[in-house]
Amino acid sequence: MSVDASRPMPVLQASGLSKTFGIVEVLKDIDLTVLPGEVHAIIGENGAGKSTLMKILAGNHQPTRGEMRMDGEVVNFSGPVDAEHRGIVLVHQEILLAPDLTVAQNIYLGRELRRRFTVDDRAMNEGAAGAIRDLGSDIDPSTLVSRLSIAQRQLVQIARVLLVPHRIVIFDEPTASLTPHETEALLKVIRHIRARGVGVLYISHRLAEVKDIADRVTVLRDGRLVASHDASELEPADMARLMVGRDVAKLYPDRHAAAAREPVLEVEGFSVPGYAQDASFSLRKGEILGFAGLIGAGRTELMEGVVGLRPGRGSLRLNGRPVQFPDVHASLKAGIAYLSEDRKGKGLLLTKDLRINLTLASLSKFSGPLQIDARRETEALDKAIQDFDIRTGNKAILAGQLSGGNQQKLLLAKMMLLDPQVVIIDEPTRGIDIGNKQQIYKFIASLAEEGRSIIVVSSEMPELIGICDRILVMRSGRIAGEVTGEHMNENEIVALATGVNAGRGAGEAA
Amino acid sequence: MTGVSTPETGATPKTSRDWDMAAVAPFIALALLLLLGYFANPNFISVANLLNVITRSAFIAIIALGATYVISSGGLDLSVGAMVAFVASLMILFLNSGAIADPTLLLAASMLLALALGAACGLANGLITTIGRIEPFIATLGTMGIYRGLTTWLSQGGAITLKDRGMQALYRPVYFGNVAGVPIPIVIIFVTAALAAFVLYRTRYGRHLIAVGSSEDVARYSGISVNRVRTVAYVVQGLCVAVAVILYVPRLGSTSATTGILWELQAITAVVVGGTALRGGVGRIWGTVCGAFILEIVGNIMILSNFVSEYLIGAIQGAIIIIAMLVQRSLMRR
Repeated sequence: MSVDASRPMPVLQASGLSKTFGIVEVLKDIDLTVLPGEVHAIIGENGAGKSTLMKILAGNHQPTRGEMRMDGEVVNFSGPVDAEHRGIVLVHQEILLAPDLTVAQNIYLGRELRRRFTVDDRAMNEGAAGAIRDLGSDIDPSTLVSRLSIAQRQLVQIARVLLVPHRIVIFDEPTASLTPHETEALLKVIRHIRARGVGVLYISHRLAEVKDIADRVTVLRDGRLVASHDASELEPADMARLMVGRDVAKLYPDRHAAAAREPVLEVEGFSVPGYAQDASFSLRKGEILGFAGLIGAGRTELMEGVVGLRPGRGSLRLNGRPVQFPDVHASLKAGIAYLSEDRKGKGLLLTKDLRINLTLASLSKFSGPLQIDARRETEALDKAIQDFDIRTGNKAILAGQLSGGNQQKLLLAKMMLLDPQVVIIDEPTRGIDIGNKQQIYKFIASLAEEGRSIIVVSSEMPELIGICDRILVMRSGRIAGEVTGEHMNENEIVALATGVNAGRGAGEAA
Repeated sequence: MTGVSTPETGATPKTSRDWDMAAVAPFIALALLLLLGYFANPNFISVANLLNVITRSAFIAIIALGATYVISSGGLDLSVGAMVAFVASLMILFLNSGAIADPTLLLAASMLLALALGAACGLANGLITTIGRIEPFIATLGTMGIYRGLTTWLSQGGAITLKDRGMQALYRPVYFGNVAGVPIPIVIIFVTAALAAFVLYRTRYGRHLIAVGSSEDVARYSGISVNRVRTVAYVVQGLCVAVAVILYVPRLGSTSATTGILWELQAITAVVVGGTALRGGVGRIWGTVCGAFILEIVGNIMILSNFVSEYLIGAIQGAIIIIAMLVQRSLMRR
């Protein structure tokens, strides 16, 4: 890659970076430059090598081949501390803060300012306030981190990272668990950092957001660099095509609008104390019903209440008959399956193999009077791998070793073994790359075709609009309204979700 | 299809092979100990001595089988030593009462009583930790005090002794007898372990237990009744204690306030040495049996050789649990 004369001198210039683990070549011949005051996005599917590339740049891995130059001088990082000394810092995806310490104490954790023998809280509070102000926020540095929202915590984490002198900041999928609002706040912070002449490397799945923030975009696929362009030259659809290597314009499957059929699940006046009040809705046979809303609107809690994971009050009817679910066992038995948004924490046993995970919820189908039939389990796994296109070279690997998309497919397969008539899927594509997303949408659509009824809870509005027949919008624990047909658009949903009745006019002006 | 699967999995450290390594490690340790014992004193390896050593490990081995269940489910039971004393005392008192005229029937009834008492004590532990939602450590520390205290009260600070000579003679073979040359306690160890292994590895309950121990949330979201699974694990522990008691009473024919002291520690050590993770989610039945043998063999070697004072047995066993943990962790890191 040649350096354009009209551009400033790059802070970092990497050429021919390659990395092999054993015999697997994870990265091959990557050239990359980072200019001061630019946001350079790195995109690619899971396993494309983004994380490995970032780990090399941040000093966690040594490249097998290739070199890195800073200010024209060749550099070799012995470890992340060394990279940090050179001014390359990494903002982790997970939030690693001590919740019982204050914002300032967290920012200075491990490098406390001291006055003689005691820590100098006043100086640290002042320093922290300054660091936070630099990011365009005004969080009080003496607040406990446990009282902050997720977005605020992330900002504190960024402030902590930026406390060391830095020239390049790497963000590793920072918006994976953020709401649209919080994402907007984060992008504002990143613009602040860019404006100070710092180079930003930004890894993300979310292409619209990349289009929004990035100056340049580099696309990785299967460990190779397939394209590097100015962001202005690429539309999100182009990025998706480059990432996947084929046209993914048709992300959402064609659906025949479900004719008004009989209701399967009817919920009336249902409340989950502290989270959802007086929710009423009905789900028809073969329908895909969406639940939209901001994080904390009570969607997940309402669903967990309905299936018996949380205490709830209200009336439920399944196929016209009143039902009650004291626990999940009862709702599963009645034919309602709930797939948690927290795949890793609540969906799969990460340290167990695929077979054990697959049959966990439906073991009775695989056991005789005494023991489990391991052979039938293995057959079921073979079938699931084929039906759900779970990509794994080795059936003996642990569930935690699968990529996010394959984990979600395994979770789907696990729940479909119960042959449920109602499937509730919470955030079906969170943290999943675009190729797998397309497949999961197809599965959801085909489940509805088979006559099952689906509820999709999602924070991604395009997804809901793309696959749902109707969308209910929740706000502060209540169902604020329903959008159908031509009204299924982001403006209407946002208006209902936020309660700001600015309507379509304001939406168009924005 | 986009073809290639994720290459990044090649870099992740955990593979199933490491887990196998953790499973065989205790058996390698046992083999090395046997070798060491042979060099320390050739008499060690004689059949008579080995049968003797393994027979003596029976109490801890059987209790540790139950502890494997509790620990795999993510729990802990500190009360087992006190439970042995409590259940054994009540069993002897029942035998002494002569409630049933026919001695054989009386003995059989007392064994059933021991099993029922063990199950009840285990049920109490289970309900306090699950329904009462008290940390297993604290809950069983409490019941440990209760069972121990009740024993002291029953014995009025002294000993509870099986009085009837006829009954002693009738009961004696349960510990001292043998089947085709194999001492009965050893037969009981292997029968109990085979049963425990079958339930843990082959049945739905065993699978649920491991799921609950690996992740309570995943188990709950999969429709498994976490409280029931955990409670049953404590009941299994109680039953194992009862089996150990049934073997223990004919050996000495007497209990006191100090019966079974520190057995909980030895049982937990056997479980951990056997490769079961203290955080739950992994249970190794045969490893536990192996762990119990290791503990007893170490003591035996110390007595037969003159390297180390036998008064240091406690210290050595304490060191073994720490070494086992270090080995387990290094095997998992690789």
